[in-house]
Amino acid sequence: MNNNGKGYKAFTVFNYIFMCLIILVMLYPMLYVVLASFSTSSELIKHMGPLLYPLKPTGASYQMVFKNPMIFTGYVNTIIIVVSGVLLNMTMTALTAYVLSRKKLALRKFFTLFIVITMYFGGGMVPVYLTVKQLGLDNSLLALIIPTAMSAYNMIIMRTAIQSIPESLIESACIDGAKQIQVLVKIVLPLVMPTIAVLILYYAVGHWNSWFNAMLYLRDRAKFPLQLVLREILITNDTNLMSGDTAAQDSHAIAETVQYAVIVVATLPILAIYPFLQKYFVKGVMVGAVKE
Amino acid sequence: MKKQTSIGTLPKKNTLGVRIGKEWRENYELYIMFLPALVYYLIFSYKPMYGALMAFQNYAPAKGIWGSDWVGFKHFMDFFKSYYFVRVIRNTVTISVNSILFGFTTPIILALLINELQNMKMKRLVQTVSYLPHFISTVVICGMIKKFTLDTGIVNDIVALFGGERVTFLNKPEYFVPVYIISDIWQGVGWGSIIYLAALSGISQELYEAAMIDGAGRWRQTIHVTIPGILPTIITMLILRMGRILSVGYEKIILLYNPMTMETADIISSFVYRKGLQEQNLSFSTAVGLFNSAINLTLLMITNKISKKVNDTALW
Repeated sequence: MNNNGKGYKAFTVFNYIFMCLIILVMLYPMLYVVLASFSTSSELIKHMGPLLYPLKPTGASYQMVFKNPMIFTGYVNTIIIVVSGVLLNMTMTALTAYVLSRKKLALRKFFTLFIVITMYFGGGMVPVYLTVKQLGLDNSLLALIIPTAMSAYNMIIMRTAIQSIPESLIESACIDGAKQIQVLVKIVLPLVMPTIAVLILYYAVGHWNSWFNAMLYLRDRAKFPLQLVLREILITNDTNLMSGDTAAQDSHAIAETVQYAVIVVATLPILAIYPFLQKYFVKGVMVGAVKE
Repeated sequence: MKKQTSIGTLPKKNTLGVRIGKEWRENYELYIMFLPALVYYLIFSYKPMYGALMAFQNYAPAKGIWGSDWVGFKHFMDFFKSYYFVRVIRNTVTISVNSILFGFTTPIILALLINELQNMKMKRLVQTVSYLPHFISTVVICGMIKKFTLDTGIVNDIVALFGGERVTFLNKPEYFVPVYIISDIWQGVGWGSIIYLAALSGISQELYEAAMIDGAGRWRQTIHVTIPGILPTIITMLILRMGRILSVGYEKIILLYNPMTMETADIISSFVYRKGLQEQNLSFSTAVGLFNSAINLTLLMITNKISKKVNDTALW
């Protein structure tokens, strides 16, 4: 550390300034959204340049957001999808990962290949869409849960974690006559809790953020998840986007600040819990990166 | 009884049937546990692969794959000859190459800069803050982009402050790719740096000490220790990224594009969506999708081979 020249000192100063700039660039757009959401619409339209404080602070936009029944039903639908989706995801993932980690299984290699192939090749958007329709899942929340019942990628992460458990631990339980499912639930899963936490987060965020399948399959507006409602309010409302969009027709012009309030209402829960979960997410990146 | 049969049977008498019976008795629980995954992948992955045969047909939903007329490579030829072929390929490659040039490199630079921070609090703050945008949903990000880049939006306020002309960026074809890439960097740079930060923390401290004894300052340490230390990670990530050069996701595109920007914004996957599910050209769209998957798979296999040769890391 002593043989650093003047150049390095200058660099350090520059680096700290640059990092402050990064923090500003990362946070300001979000801050702007919050400030705008508490501003008065007419003032905001007149105003030019960055906001440093809400203009004529008011909670009016939030009143409008909470009065909009779509936001509430959207939230409820999203929560239903996230909870039941993650339950199904984790059940499928744990079962499959455990089976594929058992070396004594004769068809293990074949089953693994059977799943891995699907990671790299698929039939495409239209055949999947037709399959979901043929199963009668369209216009049902099930269309957002069942077709994404598990992710091969996450399953492999789980399998890798299970494989790191000493085999003797599992074998001794089997010799004691325990059923495989008991071994999985009572011995294996408690030992891979950190991985389970990571995968729950990944699946949950995936369900929370998804909107495309909802747009494809859902017709009843009462079934729309939050992200699809957001799309109507934020994206289709103020543009001449696509000709096929019928959903936006009945939504009236929404005041400037309401769009910002909607963003806050929809994003705050995730961003508020994120700092507490950060270490799990970061761990997830690592687990995923170390492919075996 | 069970034990007797398995012990009492001599190996050479183990016909296939016997072996299957034995495997089933030993592992039937595992097979039952695998059943949900088997059914799931058969229905939602393998059936659609079979359904993709419609790319070679004039598929009519009422007739199904069995009853529809076969037309060979007609839809593929139609696509290759169409005006859209060059456009969607060009746009996909443009977005991909730009996102490799800028979206791939910025996380590495950020990680190197964070690594130079001595103050742990600052280090943690930058990390936490730069990861945040990753958790904002695609729809919200696109909503923010739309509002900020309007001619009355904050980006234009700043442009006007410096004497520039106000434009609604998302209505101008020439701005679509920059808006797409810059917003991608904003959202992904922090998150993308995690893997490099991990690689950086994995570099042995002894190497730095040895370099210091040899009289190397921070600069030369960076060049001779830090960069070589994360080079394998960079190469692996780059090779994997190259394999996905023609698979750009459609979600952000279809949220942001409009008829005015199609010329630069329409990519293969958004084209597949529009033709197939909005305009109901089922067979044509499937053909385009299949063409794209075939190219993606080939690229992935090539890059995987290269990856194996270069640094012994491979997907399979």
